[in-house]
Amino acid sequence: MEIVMSVAIGLLFMAAVYLMLSKSLIRIIIGTGLLSHGAHLLLLTMGGLGGTAPPVVADGVTVSDYADPLPQALILTAIVISFAVTSFFLVLAYRAYQELGTDNMELLRGTEDYE
Amino acid sequence: MSLVFLIFIPILAALFIPLLFKRLGQIHTGWFVLLVPAALFLYYATRLPSVMEGGTYVSELSWIPSLDIAFVAYLDGLSLLFTLLITGIGALVVLYSIFYLDKHREQLHNFYVYLLIFMSAMLGVVQSDHLITLYLFWELTSISSFLLIAYWYTRDRSRFGALKSMMITVFGGLMMLGGFVLLSIMGGTYSIRELIAQAPELAQHDFFIWALVLVLLGAFTKSAQFPFYIWLPDAMEAPTPVSAYLHSATMVKAGIYLVARLTPVFALSEVWMWLVAGVGLFTMVWASFFALKQKDLKGILAFSTVSQLGLIMSLLGVGAAAYHVEGAADTYLKYAAFAAIFHLINHATFKGSLFMIAGIIDHETGTRDIRKLGGLMSLMPVSFTVALIGSLSMAGLPPFNGFLSKEMFLTAMLSLQEFNMFSMDVWWVLFPIIAWIGSVFTFIYSLYFVFHTFAGKHQPEELPKQAHEAPIGMLISPVFLAALVVLIFFIPNLIGDWLVKPAVAAIQPFLYDSPQNVDIHVSAWHGFNTELFMTLGIFAIGGLMFWTLRKWQHLYDVYPDSISLNRLYDEMMLLSYGGANRFSRIYMTGFIRSYLVYMFSFMTFIVLLTLFLNEAFQIDFSNLAPIGVYEIVILLALVGATLTILGSKSRLTAIIALGAVGYSVALLFVIFRAPDLALTQLVIETISVALFLLAFYHLPQISRKEERMKFRFGNALVALGVGVTMTLVALSAHSQKSLPSISEFYKETVYKEAGGGNIVNVILVDYRGFDTLFEIAVLGIAGIGIITMIRLRLTKKEGQHENK
Repeated sequence: MEIVMSVAIGLLFMAAVYLMLSKSLIRIIIGTGLLSHGAHLLLLTMGGLGGTAPPVVADGVTVSDYADPLPQALILTAIVISFAVTSFFLVLAYRAYQELGTDNMELLRGTEDYE
Repeated sequence: MSLVFLIFIPILAALFIPLLFKRLGQIHTGWFVLLVPAALFLYYATRLPSVMEGGTYVSELSWIPSLDIAFVAYLDGLSLLFTLLITGIGALVVLYSIFYLDKHREQLHNFYVYLLIFMSAMLGVVQSDHLITLYLFWELTSISSFLLIAYWYTRDRSRFGALKSMMITVFGGLMMLGGFVLLSIMGGTYSIRELIAQAPELAQHDFFIWALVLVLLGAFTKSAQFPFYIWLPDAMEAPTPVSAYLHSATMVKAGIYLVARLTPVFALSEVWMWLVAGVGLFTMVWASFFALKQKDLKGILAFSTVSQLGLIMSLLGVGAAAYHVEGAADTYLKYAAFAAIFHLINHATFKGSLFMIAGIIDHETGTRDIRKLGGLMSLMPVSFTVALIGSLSMAGLPPFNGFLSKEMFLTAMLSLQEFNMFSMDVWWVLFPIIAWIGSVFTFIYSLYFVFHTFAGKHQPEELPKQAHEAPIGMLISPVFLAALVVLIFFIPNLIGDWLVKPAVAAIQPFLYDSPQNVDIHVSAWHGFNTELFMTLGIFAIGGLMFWTLRKWQHLYDVYPDSISLNRLYDEMMLLSYGGANRFSRIYMTGFIRSYLVYMFSFMTFIVLLTLFLNEAFQIDFSNLAPIGVYEIVILLALVGATLTILGSKSRLTAIIALGAVGYSVALLFVIFRAPDLALTQLVIETISVALFLLAFYHLPQISRKEERMKFRFGNALVALGVGVTMTLVALSAHSQKSLPSISEFYKETVYKEAGGGNIVNVILVDYRGFDTLFEIAVLGIAGIGIITMIRLRLTKKEGQHENK
């Protein structure tokens, strides 16, 4: 399973990077969203996908049966942070569009001093 | 009190200056500042009797023990002499500045903070026994000098001069750091004393000559030697107290100090002697020649300072000869080092007073242009007397201290005839001749300075202000220094015993084991010898040439400005600005895409290289979870949704497909037994999709139908690289665990230690509580950012585009 997951993670990263390199601001933000999904799955896979019980203490479950709780804790933190960042990006893009009338990165080049 | 802490007293005092300036503005801030150097001077003076006997003090403060870096204050004859100069002249200069800088108009807090920083830095330079901290203080003097030169920062010339001095001295400082590092590699220590102890072995090392040249570059740039002197005349844009203090009495002598301090390490080398003596002497004659071209009073003094620094430098170079001669203490070669230190003291007294007079003239007449000045003698009698004493001392006339050290300078140059190594037996005769020519020009510019200002015809219509004598407070310091100039002439041997001999013993430790053994007696009259005839020649020729100065001074204008060193500096600066700009524009395109491509490619490259070099890539097939049907179905949905995003025509489709990816991930969490994650992911994903739609679906202006993304091969290649790298990393990370996971600890202790059943929750709020705290902080910051972005109204107002 881990090998299949690794390939899927690679695919997510690939799509994310490809989107982030595009011209449209909304695609870049979608790209960052995909990137965080990929990162979450990567964390999960690194810890191993074994374990037959969720990491909640229960009777009759031995310690070795729990799924690894550490990646889960890290992912939980990461999900919340990626949400915060994504929403900030979105509002930034929204305002940039409102002010400048475009979401094309080629036109958003703010370096006229050097021209 | 520990010596090493004393170094930091001025910088600590600087902390209170802004407060004093704000709260007690009616009292000139300088009065408070004056206490610092005055108290330090008195304290250090109490160390004088024991240092005179050859005693030394060491005090150490560890700074970075793992790198063996420490502040080491080492007080011997040489460092005590400089310390007294720094604090003594410092006190006089602060006193002078109280009357020079107006308390209502000037930003005194800036000025005195910079000045106190400089004082600490300079004390650090002359007392550090540790090469690295010496370098640190060295650069701090450059920085504080930069700030002081640019004190009137609204003037273009000030900023230009500040930058120029910074560029040149910091360049030298960096070279010097290289030399220091080489020295420490060769000697295995950062301590200067320990390096001196192993000097003969160091001279055999391959790095020796490199270290020597690099250290000299630092010393020559700081002490304004040819060809680096060009920063000093431009540094005259600083307020005059600064010029008198930094650019004549102390900072520019840091290079002299360094050469003197390291003489025992390098003196065995022929290159050292030729470079130090040769460059010094050439600087002396070059700068004294061009001093006569200057029209600005401070310009004349700047060139004169360069010339005098060259003189002292050349004496130190000649002093190195004493290392090569058996029984040098019995020959005339012994005079060079003594003359160097003696002249250093004398120069500080007469040049300090001359700078202050130049400041007074500027202050009271409104100009420093020597062509407009003249005839001030009767209007400013006290200033004239001080200027006359200083100038005649500089010219080398009795009864002033300059006469004594100038005589010794000539003695030392003539003593080279006793030295027959390093092809000196052929070339030695050049030294006294060049020294003599330099002295003639020194004589002329000294008279030029004083008589063209104070004698001749008064031109009141040329002066911006009605000239009158300076207030008494401003005259105290220069009068005091002028009195010293005369006094030293009459008690040279007292000064010699107190200050010069301990310093000489520190420069030439192999020659003298204690200051008492320095067998030199200074006397104004030593019969009809060569020196005396040379001096008489200087007076005669110099007097004649000064008499006819107006006839030949215009010859200086023949020399074209286009081939000057200043021009070279300007061109180099332009070239480096332009070159750096052009170079960075090649890759700084302004497109985010380009920067992301750099980052992603570089990251891919580094990670793959590391995997390859450490042979870290491996797949462990033994410890895999089984592949189930549900997982495959969800993964297929995930991949399908991802591809949909890539191929979608409209934003809406892409947003919904992103939601699908998120929900698939949530389902995967369910399958992999992570219920908390699944719940969180579901909630967050729902809100995210809603937000996306809010932001873009409800914007009417944006067209919903978009071009499909054009396929770009370059982007695809980078993306593929990143994807493959991540797959490899995921496989390798899963397949090998170098250390046992801390998860086992959490699993075992969660109930009895933390009293919770849900391990993930307990980890978040208990074991890794700070993580969660900062996570909340990030969320809060993002929230504030979002509110700001929504409320922010970038309305364009008239006249808001000053930078355009």
